[in-house]
Order: sequence, then structure tokens, then C-alpha cells
Amino acid sequence: MTCADTLAIEAAGLRADIGGSHILQGVDLQVPVGGVTALLGRNGVGKTTTLRALLGLQPASGTIRVLGHDVAGWPVHRIVRLGIGYVPEDRDVFTRLTVRENLRLAETGRQARYEQVYDLFPELQQRSGQLAGTLSGGQQQMLAIGRVLLHERPLLLVDEPTKGLAPLYVSEVIDALERIAATCTILLVEQNVHVVRKLARQVVVLDHGSVVHSGPVGELTEHDVRRLLGVSGPA
Amino acid sequence: MSTFVAITISGLALGSVYFLIASGLSLIYGLMDVLNFAHGIFLTLGAYAGFDLASRMSAAADPAGFLLTAAVAAACGAVIAAMTELVLIRPLYGRPVSQILVTIGLDVALVGLLLGIYGSNARVITVPAWLTGVTSLGSERIPNGDFVALGTGAAVLAALGWFLRRTRYGIIIRAGAENRDMVRALGINVGRAFTLVFTIGGAAAGLAGLLNSVVFNGGLVDPSQGDQLLIFAFIVVVIGGLGSLAGSAVAAVLVGLVQVYVSFYAGTSAGLAQLGNVSVVLVLAIVLLARPGGLLGRTA
Amino acid sequence: MSSLLGSDQPAAERHEAGTRAALARLGRRLAGAGPAGTRRGGGRIGVIVTGCVLAILAVLPLVTLQIPWILPGPVDVLNSAGTLEVLGLCFVFAGVAAGFDLLIGFTGLLSFGQVLYFATGVYVLDAALSVWHWALLPAAALTMAVGGVLAVLLGSISLKARGIAFAMVTLAFAQAGYYLIEDNPHGLTGGDSGLVMSTSRLPAFLVGVASTRSLYWLTLAFLVAAYGITWLATESVTGQVFLAIRESERRTEVLGLRPFPFKLASFVISSLIATAGGMVYLLLVGTAAPDAVASTTVTVSILVMVVLGGLGTRWGAVIGAIVYVYLQQYLLKIAAEPSFATLPAVLRVPLSQPDFLLGAIFIAFILFAPGGIAGLARRWWPARS
Repeated sequence: MTCADTLAIEAAGLRADIGGSHILQGVDLQVPVGGVTALLGRNGVGKTTTLRALLGLQPASGTIRVLGHDVAGWPVHRIVRLGIGYVPEDRDVFTRLTVRENLRLAETGRQARYEQVYDLFPELQQRSGQLAGTLSGGQQQMLAIGRVLLHERPLLLVDEPTKGLAPLYVSEVIDALERIAATCTILLVEQNVHVVRKLARQVVVLDHGSVVHSGPVGELTEHDVRRLLGVSGPA
Repeated sequence: MSTFVAITISGLALGSVYFLIASGLSLIYGLMDVLNFAHGIFLTLGAYAGFDLASRMSAAADPAGFLLTAAVAAACGAVIAAMTELVLIRPLYGRPVSQILVTIGLDVALVGLLLGIYGSNARVITVPAWLTGVTSLGSERIPNGDFVALGTGAAVLAALGWFLRRTRYGIIIRAGAENRDMVRALGINVGRAFTLVFTIGGAAAGLAGLLNSVVFNGGLVDPSQGDQLLIFAFIVVVIGGLGSLAGSAVAAVLVGLVQVYVSFYAGTSAGLAQLGNVSVVLVLAIVLLARPGGLLGRTA
Repeated sequence: MSSLLGSDQPAAERHEAGTRAALARLGRRLAGAGPAGTRRGGGRIGVIVTGCVLAILAVLPLVTLQIPWILPGPVDVLNSAGTLEVLGLCFVFAGVAAGFDLLIGFTGLLSFGQVLYFATGVYVLDAALSVWHWALLPAAALTMAVGGVLAVLLGSISLKARGIAFAMVTLAFAQAGYYLIEDNPHGLTGGDSGLVMSTSRLPAFLVGVASTRSLYWLTLAFLVAAYGITWLATESVTGQVFLAIRESERRTEVLGLRPFPFKLASFVISSLIATAGGMVYLLLVGTAAPDAVASTTVTVSILVMVVLGGLGTRWGAVIGAIVYVYLQQYLLKIAAEPSFATLPAVLRVPLSQPDFLLGAIFIAFILFAPGGIAGLARRWWPARS
């Protein structure tokens, strides 16, 4: 990354089709280095697709610069190795592997920071030998976050981490993300505006496959929220 | 009673051979969603490699020589399998039906080539004397070959189990069978795992081909033996549940025993010689009616 | 074109795209909007070309023309017995392939066991004619009935499994059939050595030297009938349901349709065509042998024919079958020529085994032209479709 790169992610003209539907219709996205940038929008506007496109999991056209590299057309694992951690929407932990094995899979060969992960999520250490499929939703979310924390990664893509979680877990996840955001860049997809206001520095709003609003979170008014997201108040 | 024991051991030995083949098929399908019809070719080529080596070696008859033959058979299967994955399967990434079809094409083409080179008559491997010998168990005499097959099957099962549980690539393969994209999203190059499962499957198949020729076929090697065995291996994999290694092991034992019991106790009269084979198909039908996913299979 | 074999788009995308298209068509049809006219319906040019080709094929036996090199029979005359027999074989398999395409190309059911019904056609007719000495028509009726019952029974069981498991079950049943035939129960099948067809109760035009032409026309008629049935099945509303099932069973259910009866219907139609093909095959070849009609090799061959021609295109399967059988027979003819033995081994060995070449061609098509011959044709003449 050169000194001139103050952007962790810079995407322009992102277009993606899924089965004949134009999900992304020219997304221009700039994610500054440091802190949390939130990607907001109603269901189905293309938030998850945007994340997947950045990772190469979703074929897309347009220019994509991640951590200073042009990654369009790269295989997924190569993009990820630039230093990206992905926490997918449905957690996607490997249910037939144990917690320990799930974590082990996320190791990259350098020294893994198990201590820090267990410090953040003590339950993961307690349930080390348990099959991930038997964990509760909240515990799986902790596993999903924990595995991207095993190594220092400059960029995290996190997709709706609080969805479907019990309130206790929600606050744990928010706290964890707050601590993590101090040392890296996070692109956070969220529908929960309350969470966004607490964590995010920048906000990008998607609608119908393109960006309709972009700016500091402080500038996002309640009126904007109602207009752009169709919700009022905290979700 | 001891006849029953002898027959049982025979069935278990046959099941071991099926397991050797089915394990590779199961791993490949579990990770890659590819049903590898070329597995029969890995089998046959392993047997032919063994035949080739054995005919050149005068010391093939002693245990060390046989071990070498077995190693060569496995290696041959492994190499062909790896090449198949790299040359034919890789370019078809994302098109699982095409991948299946290309393995069919390879099978057809290579069997044809073997027929052209070797003719349809079977060649003979000199079977080591100690293998054709028998060991007494009570009042029954059990062919040593049965024990060898059984031992090999058990050893491979243990080895595969260890590999999948304890090594990094084993964990990658198990994870990839569940969710390939997420494995990639962890920065892991799944392609290497693909080649690896093909190689492992090929090695096991090559070994199975040699064992089958030597233990069950009286030392005969012919180009179409692979396809015959492959069908049974497929049945084993489906009964056990696609993608489940443990299922393959259980089903292999089941199929081997059924085949042997039925053939022995019923198949002596005219018109019933193939009853053992037919009853295996019946087992398949029954299992699928009761549990469409197979005995230990994952859903879909 | 075939979504089963795919193109550059990943599977999931095309899945969705195909679903939408298929369901849209189905929706229009169900709403009574009349035939939507699929691309595969073929324009007027297609009909004219087909008509011309059929006319040429029909009068072929009357044309005594010397053509060097390319004819598959031992005599280089267009309407020689050898040529007509090979062409007859081509037509039989073309019809069977068309029926098979209905199942795998249109309904998306990968079956590895259709050879069972083909073998049923061959062996039941053979047994009826040669062992029980029935007349032709009753024997044929019995054969079709057996084929139909078997298809309904085994199809219902097989369809309990989905996807690859379904394919394996059909393979297993076909293999069981092979074993039963080998066992020669009650002397009905002749076992390994096969069963020669007795001609004692056949009508005169199907027996003897003059029968070559009649048999040729019979096979051509079978091909036309098989193709016609396939065409009808796929152009109808039922056909649209087949397509919808191929793309996504779940969404077909969402439309309020139960996929099972349709899948079974497709299976049974395809199997009955195969049975009829088996009967015609027997009349043409005059003998039944398990390796030629009941082994999985035959299933694989038909699969290769359909894929070579182009899955889901009807006429592709026909072309693929004709090319495959013709090439196979032609190579066998070459290999039998005395000058063949003088070729260097590196040429002689591969050429002596048609399977090797056909397998290699098949692989090449899968890698580089997954749409088969039909796909290639579409690329070169896009206006045609």
C-alpha cells in the first residue's frame, strides 16, 4: 500500500448480474482506511452482493481496488490473502468441524493470536471440542468473528453480524467490533441503524443496486433514514 | 458354522476391495460434486501396472516383491488420477455435469485404447504362492488373499480416517465438502485439495485393481474389469450416502457380505448364478426407499 | 445452450436465468396465451431442410450410386445392403437418443439406465418370437406393455432419489437387468451367447434378401415417430413443465405443480421409445446379445450420442447418434481392410478401437464445444434459430 492510498477499498462501476437480474448497477464505493464504514440499505438492494463482488465470490464488472491492488479477476483466495477477513451473512461456520478445527482452518501459517481471540470470546475456548453445528446462533457468530481475528488483518468485511441474535449476544458483538475497529478497517453491512450509529464513522447507502448516499455518520438524519431505508428509529 | 465364518471373511475381503474404490469416489464427490467415472480406469491401470512390473520382476512372488507391485499399482493410479484432475477437470470448473461427462469420455477412450493395445483377452499376473495358499481356521481353510484384502482395506480406512482428522489438508477437505466458497474466503486454495482427493482416490483405486486381479480374479487382468467393479462401487457409495466416508465403509461391508452370502447359499441352481449381484441392487432399492439420502448420507 | 452443460456463467446464475425463462413461458401457457414458440421450434427453414433430408433418406434405397471412400458397408454403392444396414442402425439409435434427450436434456433427469428398456424391447420380442413363436403384432404389443409396466414401476422407485443418486439407481437397475439376461432364466434369453431371432412368424417383407429395404424404411419410420413424439412432448404445456423441472423443482412446486407425475411421464415416454427402438433393432440385426444391447456400455454410448449432438435440442440427439454410429461402423470397416494391418502401430492401435476415437472426440467436445454439434451449428448460423 502506497502512502497515497488512504482508501482501503475503491470500487467504481461495479455491475453484477444474478440470474438475469441486475443486482448491482454501477456501484461506486470508497472505503477510507481506519474505522468502520457502514453499508446500509433495504433487503435485496445488493449489500451482500457488493461484499461478495469485492472478494471475488461474485462475478462482477467494473474496477475494484482493494488494499492498493487491482483485484478484478483474481481468484478468491488470492484476494483474501491481501489481508482480508470475511464474516459472512449466515456465519458459514463449518458445522461438521469442531470449534478448534474451524479456528485452525483460519490459520495462515504465521503465529495465530489464540489468546486474544479466547480473551474476546471465552466461550470459544470452553467449547473448543464441540461441533460447530451444535452451537447457538450467537456462539457461531462469535466463532465466525473469532476466526478472522486470529491474524492481524487490515480489512474486515462483516455482513449483518447482529442479525437474528439474542440481545445479549448483540451487545457482545458490538463491543467486539468496537475494539477491533480501533486497529483496522471494517466494511460493515447492517440493517440495524442503532448499531450503525454506535460503530460507524462513514455511511454508504445502497438502493436498487447503486449508491444513493455517502457521508459521515453524523450527517445521517432521521429523515434520511426514513427516506432511504423505510424504517423509523432503531430497528 | 466355520463355513459361515469362512464365507463371512470372504465377504469382508470383497467389501474391502469395494471400500478401497468407494472411498475415493466418496471423497471426490463430497468435495467436488464430481462423480468420477474414470475411477474404473484408475483401477484397471493399477492392475496393468502391477501386471507389467510383475512380469518383469522375477522376485514378484515373495512378499517384498508383492509389496513393491502394490506400491507401483497405487502410484500408477495416483498419477493418472492427478493428471485427469489437472487436465480435464480443472478447465471445467463450475460445470459439474460437464466434469462428470468428461470422466465418462475418458473412461470410454482409455478402455478402448487398452483394448487396442492389449486385446480383450485377459493377461495373467503371476500370483505369489503364499497368496494362493490357505490358512487353517478351525476346520476351514481360508485363502490368504482374503486376509491381505481385509488387511489392506482396514489399513486404508485407518489411514484415511487419520488423514481427515489430523492433518490440515484433511480438515480442508472436510470443510470444503461442506462449503467450498467459505474455504476460499479463508484464503485457502481449494484447487490443491481437489488434486489431492483425486490422487488419493486414484491410489486407492490402483491398489484395489491389483488386489481384485490377484485375490478374486485368479490373477487375470483385462481392460473391462474396472468398469465392472466401478458399478458396484457406485452402488456402495449411494447406499452408504454420497459424500460420507464412514457410510462407504459400512455399505462396502454390507454389499460384500450380501453378495457372498446370497451367492453361496442360493446361487448354485441354474438361472440363479447372478442372484448375488441382483440382490445387491435390491438392497440399493430398499435402502433408497427407506432413506433416500443413503445410510449415512448428508441431505442433498 | 443447454443449461446442464453450462457456458461461461456459473451454475447458480444460469440456474436462475433458466428458471425465470422457463417459468415465464409456462406461466404464459397456463394463462392460455397459446404456444409461445420456443427457439427450438425451428423456423420455416428448419422445416424445409428437415423435409428435404427426409425425402432424400426415404428414396435412398432406390438409388444405385457408386460413391468411393465414405460408405460404411463393404460395397461402395449407396443402396447396398451394407450401407442400408448401417444407416438403419443409425436411425434406430437416433430415435432412442431423441427419447433419451427428452429425459436428460429437457427434464434434466440424468439417467444411466435407459439401456434396460432398450434391452427389454430386444429380449421380450425375441423371446416371444423365438421361444414362444408368437406372431409379430401380438409379440410387439406384449413387448411394449412389458416395457411400459417396467418403466412405471422402476421409474417410481428410482425417482425417489434425486440427482446423482437417481442416476446411480437407474444404473444399478440396468445392471441388474444385464445380470438377469446373462442368467438365461428358463432359457428365455440365451445368456451370454445371445438369442437368435426366429423369423418363422414374421411377415414376408421383413424376412430374406428383399427385407433390407423394408427394414431400412422401418427404422426410418421409427426415427420419425420417435422424433415426432419427442417434439410433441416438448412443445406442449407438459414440455414446458419438463423444462421448468430441469431448472428448478422447488420453483415448479411453487407454481402449484407436483413434479413427480411429470418426471415419471418423461421417464416413461423416454423408456417406451427405447423399448420400441429395441424391437426395431432386433428386427434389423436379427439377434440379441447381452453385451450389445444390455450392458452399461450401450447406455454410455447413447449418452455420448446425445451430448455430442447437443443436449436439449432434439435434432442434436438425432445428428449425434447418426454421426456416432456411422463413425463407429466406418472405423470397424476400415479396421477390417487388409491394408489396415500395414499401418504403423501408433496409428493402427487407436483406429482399431472406435471407442478410443469416439471417446477422445467426446472429451474434445465437452472441453471446447459443450453445446455439441447443435451448439456449433448455432454459432455458425445464428440466424437459423
